[in-house]
Order: sequence, then structure tokens, then C-alpha cells
Amino acid sequence: MAKVPTPKLDELEKGPWPSFVTEIKKRADKHAACSDLLGILERSYNEKIGHWKHGGIVGVFGYGGGVIGRYCDLPEDFPGVAHFHTMRVNMPAAWFYTSEAIRTLCDIWEKHGSGLTNMHGSTGDIIFLGCRTEDLEPCFAELAEAGFDLGGSGSDLRTPSCCCGMARCEWACYDTMGFCYEMTQHFQDELHRPAFPYKFKIKAAGCPNDCVASIARADLSVIGNWRDNIQIDAAEVTNYAKAGLDIAADVVNNCPGQCIRWDGKTLTIKDEDCKHCMHCINVMPKALRPGKERGATLLLGSKAPIMEGALLSSVLVPFIEMEEPYDDIKELIEAIWEVWCEDGKNRERVGEFIQRVGMGNFLEAIGLEPDPNMVAHPRENPYVFYNLNEEEESDE
Amino acid sequence: MAEAPAKRITDIGPPHHKKFLPPVILNNYGKWKYHEIPRPGVLLHVGETGDKLWSVRAASPRLIAIDTLRWYADLADKYAGGHLRFTSRNNVEFLVTEEKNVDPLIAELTAAGYPVGGTGNAISNIVHTQGWVHCHSAATDASGIVKCVMDELTPYFTSMKLPGKLRIALACCLNMCGAVHCSDIAILGIHRHAPAIKHDQVKKVCEIPSVVAACPTAAIRPATVEGNASVEVIEENCMYCANCYTVCPAMPLNDPDTDGVSIWVGGKVSNARTEPRFSKLAIPFLPNNPPRWPEVTEVVKKLVELWAADARKYERMGDWIERIGWPRFFKLAGIEFQKQHIDDFKHAGLTFKRSTHIRFDKA
Ligand code: HEM
Ligand code: HEM
Ligand code: SF4
Ligand code: SF4
Ligand code: SF4
Ligand code: SF4
Repeated sequence: MAKVPTPKLDELEKGPWPSFVTEIKKRADKHAACSDLLGILERSYNEKIGHWKHGGIVGVFGYGGGVIGRYCDLPEDFPGVAHFHTMRVNMPAAWFYTSEAIRTLCDIWEKHGSGLTNMHGSTGDIIFLGCRTEDLEPCFAELAEAGFDLGGSGSDLRTPSCCCGMARCEWACYDTMGFCYEMTQHFQDELHRPAFPYKFKIKAAGCPNDCVASIARADLSVIGNWRDNIQIDAAEVTNYAKAGLDIAADVVNNCPGQCIRWDGKTLTIKDEDCKHCMHCINVMPKALRPGKERGATLLLGSKAPIMEGALLSSVLVPFIEMEEPYDDIKELIEAIWEVWCEDGKNRERVGEFIQRVGMGNFLEAIGLEPDPNMVAHPRENPYVFYNLNEEEESDE
Repeated sequence: MAEAPAKRITDIGPPHHKKFLPPVILNNYGKWKYHEIPRPGVLLHVGETGDKLWSVRAASPRLIAIDTLRWYADLADKYAGGHLRFTSRNNVEFLVTEEKNVDPLIAELTAAGYPVGGTGNAISNIVHTQGWVHCHSAATDASGIVKCVMDELTPYFTSMKLPGKLRIALACCLNMCGAVHCSDIAILGIHRHAPAIKHDQVKKVCEIPSVVAACPTAAIRPATVEGNASVEVIEENCMYCANCYTVCPAMPLNDPDTDGVSIWVGGKVSNARTEPRFSKLAIPFLPNNPPRWPEVTEVVKKLVELWAADARKYERMGDWIERIGWPRFFKLAGIEFQKQHIDDFKHAGLTFKRSTHIRFDKA
């Protein structure tokens, strides 16, 4: 297909922000998919409507997920994107690469696909954007040869992701990258062969700043935390004060636990009232650091609105030690999957499932005790269930 | 090459990250002492050992060609010992161990049109989705709007002069791939029209019970139409979420005239000071107006500026609105409050004002 003029898209090459149109144009002469992608996108800009057909089930042999099939609805006009499938490639934890690894990925994708990527998809995968069905197997084989596997899609465990944690952050309360890698490897089968009622995501953040937004974007959010006292370096506190930091206004008054005191010389924290929000540590990174007794808080259930409304993850385990190989977390995850796979409805996320069956019942089923840290407050309505028959039996 | 290899390699997972970490990180893994932000876009991490690492963060359109990736690899070789990474907001970072390489790297990135920034109290990259580039569900484009909005906001990417962090996200439909429901400002593609039903196809391409079960407002019921086993939609109950289309290709909703964009504000994910919270509806509808989406970019810029001018230090968009109250927010923003702003889904009552804590305009 000859290149079509793209006056609307050309507009988007102007301005200071790097342009995706420029990116696609870089390959327009090199691959028909890229020139036709520009063409079909220009058409969408003119008509204000997308030109992709619904769904598309393609993949690689042996896996049930990892590839998003896509066909355009104008194949005669834009044959280059008649097939335009996405491959999700599992990224290394926290998206660290060597230049050599990047070049390897580029060479493989140049050979088998459009050469366009997303770095990265919002779940974390390397997105290889646009290839034909017959490219999938050879591309997959070459990726595997180079040590890369596909990520997740469909009703499976999606690709776990994590913040950069101990690699480059002084606040990481556990090894997010090690944990992310271990979960990904341990649950390869669940990731590649969809067997769940719906998708399940794991994200790992090293501290409550939650730089991967795990509390909003993962069914299981693993957020680093500490349970002893914030470490205070008094000399560095003095340095901050000398350097002009208004500790009373910037730190004390913003503490949601109202637990910091500053008398102009000494800073003290009443740690049993600390909510572990990170604010004081964020403001004075040289003076304050998380405690020494470190681990994570496990939260469960976040999801986007469809169907029953958006959810944030809620506390499941207030504190857990994070020791390799994380056996107790693996057991807990398996217990959650067992209950949800048994009783979850088709396309029901675990957060919705818990709302339907009740958190109390869910806890019982996975073998956890109720804990006041799990609720913002106790219930306000009196519609309380008891199963007296069971109670009596257990009393006997 | 056409034949599949006899022995397939499967279930190997991703490469181990330690293969890709630079020596300075391997030596200081879990032993970083503190960090500083010496200038916008640069993080300096100092290890217990005294080792130093400069991370240089540059803007990225996320949709990138391998040509650009190869150029990143060249830059990494030239300035960063061959080491680079990407962030959770899809920026690229070069991991530099020699301070003298920082400025030339920044100069080269900037000259090539990849601004350096996104650290501290800045507006970092916009988390976004596929749009008309790749998805059948899209009620708007993703990459296009992101480009337009960031063209306006680049000065906030390359500086750190805001009261707090401000996160922007975009999703092109209610499936909300990404971080739209928990961002300071969120741009969300919406439909305003019930699905068209291709009655002769429903039975062939859809599973009718799944379609009925897919509707959050129970607007769908099985029906025989023109002799076809199909479904009907009670239009008064349909709020155009498109979940039926997700499960049934015979129920498309896309419509050039009525599709568009809604704007949401006040979400956050970090626990700092206040708890994480959802974004809330600020503007129910703005038109799709490619290629520049002027209505959307203008409103986003205005919201940023309002917040930047009035918020106290550290106050996120949602914290600020909480303090001044929603009525004043709507007044300051010049947004007309409409019936669409009032929740009418399950448990909507929890979002009503249930007190006399009302602030009146005083002369
Ligand atoms: C064919 C249509 C769709 C396309 C092309 C599409 C594309 C994508 C892509 C490329 C990602 C990033 C994936 C990754 O990083 O591995 C993503 C993430 C996501 N998708 Fe979709 N998607 C589609 C349908 C859906 C549907 C139907 C839903 C919901 C029911 C959905 C919800 C999500 C969510 C919530 C995320 C982000 C999760 C996170 O932040 O980790 N998507 N989508
Ligand atoms: C000043 C203290 C903080 C430091 C040193 C810090 C550290 C980091 C680091 C190392 C990253 C890169 C993580 C990655 O890509 O895996 C990051 C990104 C991020 N952080 Fe933080 N964090 C801090 C505070 C916060 C706070 C308070 C929030 C939320 C209010 C937050 C939200 C985020 C987000 C959304 C990103 C992605 C930014 C991007 O990629 O451009 N962080 N932060
Ligand atoms: S979540 Fe915490 S540990 Fe992880 S990068 Fe962010 S600030 Fe650091
Ligand atoms: S972490 Fe938060 S709650 Fe705890 S002392 Fe610091 S500011 Fe207060
Ligand atoms: S947000 Fe909706 S339209 Fe956009 S990529 Fe996701 S499913 Fe597709
Ligand atoms: S668009 Fe949503 S509300 Fe309307 S019928 Fe379909 S599923 Fe129901």
C-alpha cells in the first residue's frame, strides 16, 4: 500500500513532548505495518472512531495467553495491518536492562514484527506491537532462545511487576525484585495457561509510597512495611533544621498520626501511633528511615470499575516477614485461588467475589483470623449472620 | 525458520534481573543510604559504602520504535556503562556512575527532543493505553491526547516547582487499563449511546447468558428479534459502559458523534499523609476533537494551574479539594455542577453530603 498523506497526525509531530507519530514514522519506510498504521490512524482521526475488529484469538502452541490478536476492519485499504497482533514479553523485574539485552529484543522484533513497541504495558510487559499470525511461533522461539518468555493475558496470573526496591531505593522494606521474580517463576503454569474465573495480578512495592500503584492495580498488593521504630539520626535532623527546613510546619503538622514532637532541638516519634505513611521519611530522607524489623503488608482485591465498581485493595495480612522462598505467601495465594476458582463466577475478579460472599466467610475459607486492621471501621448495619447450628456443634 | 523447533522452550519466565544490574547496584543492593535530587530529572543515590549512582530520567512517548530503543542502547553504552531501565510511568532512566557523564547525556537527550525531568514535585509521564492504535473498545485515542496534554505541561515535567506530585493518567474506555481511577487528574474515554445490536449475529458470535450477566445495571435481557435468538437492551438502564461489547462483538457502541472524554480528579495511590483514594468525576463530557483535543488540553492545564496556585505544600489534588470543599472546587474551576456528577450506582448514598457542614459564599 502506498503511503497516504497524514496531515492530522503530522500536527502531532510539533511541540516539545516526544511524539509517537515520529516514532511510527521512523519505521514507515521499513515495514508495511507501520506505514499502514499511520494510514489507518489518520482515518480514525478523521472519522473519530477506531478501526480494529473485535477481539481475535491467536497465540503460541502450549500457551493460552500472552498474545492479543488484532485485525483491522479495512484490510483492503491497509493490508499492512490486516493482522496486527500484540505479543506481551515478560520484562525483567523493575525494568532493568543492559544495552545488549535491548539490542537482542530489537533484532528479534525487527525480524518478526513491525518494530514498534510499548515500553511498557501498564501491567509491566514489554509490548511487541503488531505482527502477523505466522510470525508468532518463530518470534516466540527466538525469544525463548534469548532467555525471554511471554507474559500473561486472559483469565490467568498476569505478569507480576515491582518497584525498583533495593536496587535503588533506601526505603525498600523487602527485596521487591527478588520476590517478583520468584512469584513469576513459581507460578509459570498459572501465568501461561489461563485456569481462573478471571485475571489475577500481583504487584510488589517496597514501601507505602507504592511507586507501582499496587494498591490500585493489583489483585494482590504486596507493600513493604516495618513494625518497630522509625530510625532517627539526630545529627542529620539538626542539619535539616540548620539548612532551613521548617520541621514544625513541614513534618510535624503533616503527620497523620500526630505522633512527632519537635522542640527545636530534638525530634521524637511516638511509634505506636505512627501510621506508616512515609511522609516524614520522604521529607527528611537523610535523617529518618524505616525501622529494622521489616516485612510487608498484604492487601487484596483492587480492580477497575467493571463490573461492580472500582476497588482498592484492602488489608489481608497487616504484617508478614518476607523471607525467600516466601512459602507462606505462596500458600496463601494458593488458598485464595482455590476458593475463588471453586466459587468465583465467570469474569468475577477476586475483589468482587469477596464482596459477594462476604469478607468474613472468605477469611474462614482461606484460614485467616479476622483482625481489626482489616476494616476502616466495624459494620454500621445490624444485618449480622450467625450460623447457630454450626456454633452449637462446635460447642459440643 | 518456518518450522517450529523440535524441542520447544517454555515456562522459563523472564531473565533474572541480576544479569542486568550494573556493578554499583549489585554492590549496594539493599544498602543505599540516602538520595538527593541535584536537578530536575536526576536522582543521586549514595550507598553505605559511599558509592554514587546518578539516574537520569527522560520523557518517552511509550509507543517507541526499535530505532529509538537502539539509540537508547547507544546512549547507555556511551554514558552509562551499558545500563538503563524504564520506570513505572514509562520514562527511561540511564544509570550513570561517573558524574562527568551526567551533563553531556542530558544535553544529548534534550537536543534529540527527549526532555529530562519527571522527578520530585513534577508532572511525570502520563500512564496511558492503546486507543485507536490498537484497541477495538476505544472511545477516544490515547497517544494523541497524551501528546497534546504533555506538550502543554512539559515545563512542569522539566521543573520541580509544584506544591506536591501530580499524576495524570488516561484510559480510552471504562475498562481503564492503567491508573485512571487513582490519579490526580484522569482522562477517560466514554460512550453516550446504547449498543447497536446486530440481531442476526448475536447467536452466532456471542454466548447470550454471558452477555446478560455482563451488564452492571441489568439492562440486557434475552429476546427473540426478527426471528433471531438475540438480546434486547432497556435503553433507560444502559449507561454505555460497553462491557456487553467486550463479551459480544455483535453489540458495538463506538460512535463518532457521541463518544468523547470525561475528566476525573483527586485520586492518589501513595499512603503519604492521607490514605489512597479514587479519582472523582469533574467533567462528565468533552468532545473528541483530533488531532489536538483543545477542549481537553485547556481544561487539564487549567486544573493544574488552579491547584498549583492554591494548594499548600505537599497537598495532592485530592487533599486540596478535601480542604476547600467540592463546591468551591467547582466554582474556582468554572465547572457547572450537573446531575451526572451525583452518583446513582450501588451505595450511591454514601457519596451524598450527610451533614450541615456547608461553606457559604460570604460578601
Ligand atoms: C482488546 C482490547 C484490549 C486491549 C488491546 C488491551 C490492551 C491492554 C494492554 C496492552 C495492557 C498492558 C498489558 C501489560 O502490560 O501486560 C492492558 C492492561 C490492562 N487492561 Fe487491557 N486491553 C483490552 C481489553 C481489556 C478489558 C476488556 C479489560 C477489563 C475488563 C482491560 C483491563 C485492563 C486493565 C485494568 C489493565 C491494567 C492493569 C494494570 O495497571 O496493571 N483491558 N490492556
Ligand atoms: C521523595 C521520596 C520518594 C522517593 C525517593 C521515591 C522513589 C521512587 C523511585 C526510585 C521511583 C522509580 C520506581 C520505579 O520506576 O520502579 C519512583 C517512581 C514513582 N514514585 Fe516514588 N518515591 C518517593 C515518593 C513518592 C511518593 C510520595 C509518591 C506518591 C505520592 C510516589 C509515587 C511514585 C510514582 C507514581 C512513580 C513513577 C514515576 C515515574 O516513573 O516517572 N513516590 N519513586
Ligand atoms: S515503593 Fe518505596 S521502596 Fe519502592 S521505589 Fe517507591 S519509595 Fe522506593
Ligand atoms: S510515617 Fe507518617 S505517621 Fe509515621 S511518624 Fe512519619 S509522618 Fe507520622
Ligand atoms: S482502556 Fe479500553 S479502549 Fe483502552 S486499551 Fe484498555 S480496553 Fe482498550
Ligand atoms: S453498555 Fe453497559 S450498561 Fe449498556 S447494555 Fe451494555 S453492559 Fe449494559
